[in-house]
Amino acid sequence: MLGELILKTIIIVVVVNTVLAFGGFLTWVERKQSAVMQDRIGANRASILGLRLWGLFHILSDGIKMFAKEEFIPRTDHRKLFLVAPFIAWFFALMGFAVIPFSNTLHVAGYELSLQIANPQIGILFAFAMMGMTIYGLVLGGWASNNNYALLGAMRGAAQMISYEIALAAAVVGPLIVYHTLNMQEIVLWQAKLWGGWLPLWGIVVQPLAFFLFITAGAAGTKRVPFDLPEGESEIIGFNLEYSSMRFGAFMFTDFVEKILVSCLAVTVFLGGWQVPFLTENGFVFRGETLLALSPLVIWLIQPAAFFLKVCVVIYVLMLVRWTLPRFRYDQLMHLGWKIMLPLAFANIVITGFVLLVLKA
Amino acid sequence: MHSYLPILLAIIVTALIVGAVLGLSALIGPKPEITKEKERPFECGYIPFQEPGKRFPVHYYAVAILFIVFDIEIIFLYPWVASFEAVGKTGFFAAIFFILILTFGLVYEWLRGGLEWH
Repeated sequence: MLGELILKTIIIVVVVNTVLAFGGFLTWVERKQSAVMQDRIGANRASILGLRLWGLFHILSDGIKMFAKEEFIPRTDHRKLFLVAPFIAWFFALMGFAVIPFSNTLHVAGYELSLQIANPQIGILFAFAMMGMTIYGLVLGGWASNNNYALLGAMRGAAQMISYEIALAAAVVGPLIVYHTLNMQEIVLWQAKLWGGWLPLWGIVVQPLAFFLFITAGAAGTKRVPFDLPEGESEIIGFNLEYSSMRFGAFMFTDFVEKILVSCLAVTVFLGGWQVPFLTENGFVFRGETLLALSPLVIWLIQPAAFFLKVCVVIYVLMLVRWTLPRFRYDQLMHLGWKIMLPLAFANIVITGFVLLVLKA
Repeated sequence: MHSYLPILLAIIVTALIVGAVLGLSALIGPKPEITKEKERPFECGYIPFQEPGKRFPVHYYAVAILFIVFDIEIIFLYPWVASFEAVGKTGFFAAIFFILILTFGLVYEWLRGGLEWH
């Protein structure tokens, strides 16, 4: 019991710190990619002893800067709410990772070794609940700032995020009908199937429409451009207007953590999670022929690497979209969410259920 | 091991890490004197003529109401999804009926112009 608790604690610390480190890395990636796409040089000034490393030290210098800044608290009636709002947003965004399966379960010496913090039966609902809670951080932050612009930004943000949360949750129902389960590990295990012996039956193959709905709603739910109306960094000013130092950093970081969370969910539900095509528990097998035999430990190490690679691909696509499209107008945003994505998601649910019933009969 | 115990553990560890980062920042940042000018809400240099918290038109109200209805609908769909095999045809038609009723609500709201933005 104690051994298991210690093991779990280690996994939790590793997962949380990996996500934070990856989030910090993404702040640099985002600047660098925008620079590349706009034919600029981009962040490359920070250096240690003349060593620049394409500006990788900007991550470090940004962090130090955030810590070294004055923490300004405006005159407000809701001082405690103002202080706790960034904590709420950041904490719940990180808690979403508690149910993401990063690898298969490995049985070693009586222990069940799995790079997953917890595996409850309601897995995916838990992740959505945590994502939904981050909205509180945004609304409370805007409300407690005692500033008209912050309040309006928070209202915009709340309306946008709850609208797209519905589309997000509805888009996932389609694939879940196919998998018959809400358990994250079982969702991934289902996707090991091969269609016709060669095509991996990942969620994106079974439910292509749901995948596009999910990615779009996910981009909106994490406040990315073209859906960045809650923040509107340069012109319309958002909910985090009165924040400074690391509390502002917490809101900014929440964006990146949520982006990783949405990518992880998309990978788990639609891109096969930690599955590698043709990699079974004995190694690479194609049409009954063993091409390459591997030990269970090696396979268990390949799986998180595959997961990480898929997450990187999804984030890359999200970033391409972010730097390609201009921002939506607010009525266009609501139009897309309520009048296009929601009916499409419902149609997808009905058609999927009908097809499955017919196939079974 | 109970499947929810690790979540409790994760809550503690994550809260500690996030709290430590925010607390450290509050501890080591400079703390200059706060003047009256600095305390004023930031509105790009203009002097604000209205404090927030007063009445102001909220068009987002209708969206919030719609959200509650549809969020509950989708939450009710999840148990159906998990037991799709067990409830079979009856469950499917019950779910369709349920979705249809709420879709009528959406269509009504749509036709009444509740989803338009002015």
